[in-house]
Amino acid sequence: MYEWDFSVIPMNADLLIMGLYGTIKVFVSAFVIGFPSGLILALMRLSRFKIISIPIGLFIDFLRSTPALILLFWFFFAFPIIIGLMIQAFLAATLTLAIVAAAFYAEIFRAGINSIERGQWESASALGMTRLELLRRVILPQAIKRMIPAFLERTIELLKTTPLMAAVAYSDLLFQAMDIAQKTFRPLEVLTVVAGIYFMMIYPTSLGVRKLERKLAKSGESTVH
Amino acid sequence: MSAILSIKEMKKSFGSLDVLKGIDLEVKESETIVILGASGSGKSTMLRCINFLEMPTSGEIHLNDELVGTVRGKGENTNITYRESDLCSLRTKVGMVFQQFNLFPHMTVLENVMEGQVTVLKRKKIDASNRAKEQLGKVNLLDKIDQYPSHLSGGQQQRVAIARALAMDPKVMLFDEVTSALDPELVGEVLQTIRSLRDEGMTMLLVTHELGFAYHVADRILFLHEGQILEQGTPQDILFHSKQARTKEFLKGHAAFSLPNPETD
Repeated sequence: MYEWDFSVIPMNADLLIMGLYGTIKVFVSAFVIGFPSGLILALMRLSRFKIISIPIGLFIDFLRSTPALILLFWFFFAFPIIIGLMIQAFLAATLTLAIVAAAFYAEIFRAGINSIERGQWESASALGMTRLELLRRVILPQAIKRMIPAFLERTIELLKTTPLMAAVAYSDLLFQAMDIAQKTFRPLEVLTVVAGIYFMMIYPTSLGVRKLERKLAKSGESTVH
Repeated sequence: MSAILSIKEMKKSFGSLDVLKGIDLEVKESETIVILGASGSGKSTMLRCINFLEMPTSGEIHLNDELVGTVRGKGENTNITYRESDLCSLRTKVGMVFQQFNLFPHMTVLENVMEGQVTVLKRKKIDASNRAKEQLGKVNLLDKIDQYPSHLSGGQQQRVAIARALAMDPKVMLFDEVTSALDPELVGEVLQTIRSLRDEGMTMLLVTHELGFAYHVADRILFLHEGQILEQGTPQDILFHSKQARTKEFLKGHAAFSLPNPETD
């Protein structure tokens, strides 16, 4: 019978907190870069000019069908060979997470923008709005409301991808946990607690999303399922 | 009086399908023109080409004697290109109301009517709000200004849409089957609004299936057939003394099930 001993956790709390900070730092950075980039990619994919829309479409599809871990290794190992510059683990991790998230956000933006009825585009145009004005004032405010559940879902996915970054020795929560586990020979306790921390970050958000989805569905504004 | 809007040789094709085969039209100031025609005759496309919601394949549009678009090239090789700014500036002068109302659902009635004024015309909010209230007063909706469109009846929504277009102070108004999506009971209030506009001297082009309304408000009726103006004239000319077999056939179809007059039958 295995004897659980959670005393290693408070003893190494400072390391865990450092790891948690690393996780949050890379998550927030990737989101701050990835979310607006997603909008820009979506608008480029929706461009009337095929010379823009087709390559951007391919780029998005490529990112969506490539494992994030491979991109991470690519940025961390291959990129420095090409440009001859060592890249920090944090930068490689942020770049990877941000562009993968951007590709997925772009598809949500695109679906949301496309879901707005043609009549909205036409009546805004008929008032004399430029394409940018009508996107900003008429289309996006309606589209974003419909996209909120999908965005939150995707953002949770982003947070759940962050442990991959431990693979290039980025000191996130998982990386620190493995470190502690190796030092203390208590991997079960450490991993249980770390799983618990992720759960406590994500579960309340998931519940919130579900509640919001139900609310939006009731008022008939959600079209993204 | 010179034409406020003149259309020359306007053509529109969708792929190999020629929807408009050369429309020539001079619209005088304060004139009300009703466009009739079977579905597929090109009447909606014609309206939509006038404010470039559809790009005409060829032809010219002049508003107040000014060519819409920018002429490029010299001599034989001139062509007209349309920049976004050309089209936006035209559209602020040519208002349009649609069959499906197309109000902005995330804005209140007042915000709907203010939106174009603030975003496009760069009016101050207070001025836009005053102008919006003035227009909404004219369509009897002042008590609804803080409501969202989804809480209004179809007829009320359409009147907001009219107020929204008018608040931009357009020179010409286009109405594309604006009563076709309404319950019969609500058609009247919208038609009343359009009629009072006509009485104020607004220049208007209307596509409608309401022949009675066309008879009462039109200065001129155009009958469109296969992308061309087959016949035009006063309501009397077209509705009662049409010279074209196709027009007569169209009118007969419309009259097939009208109510008999209890006084005479």
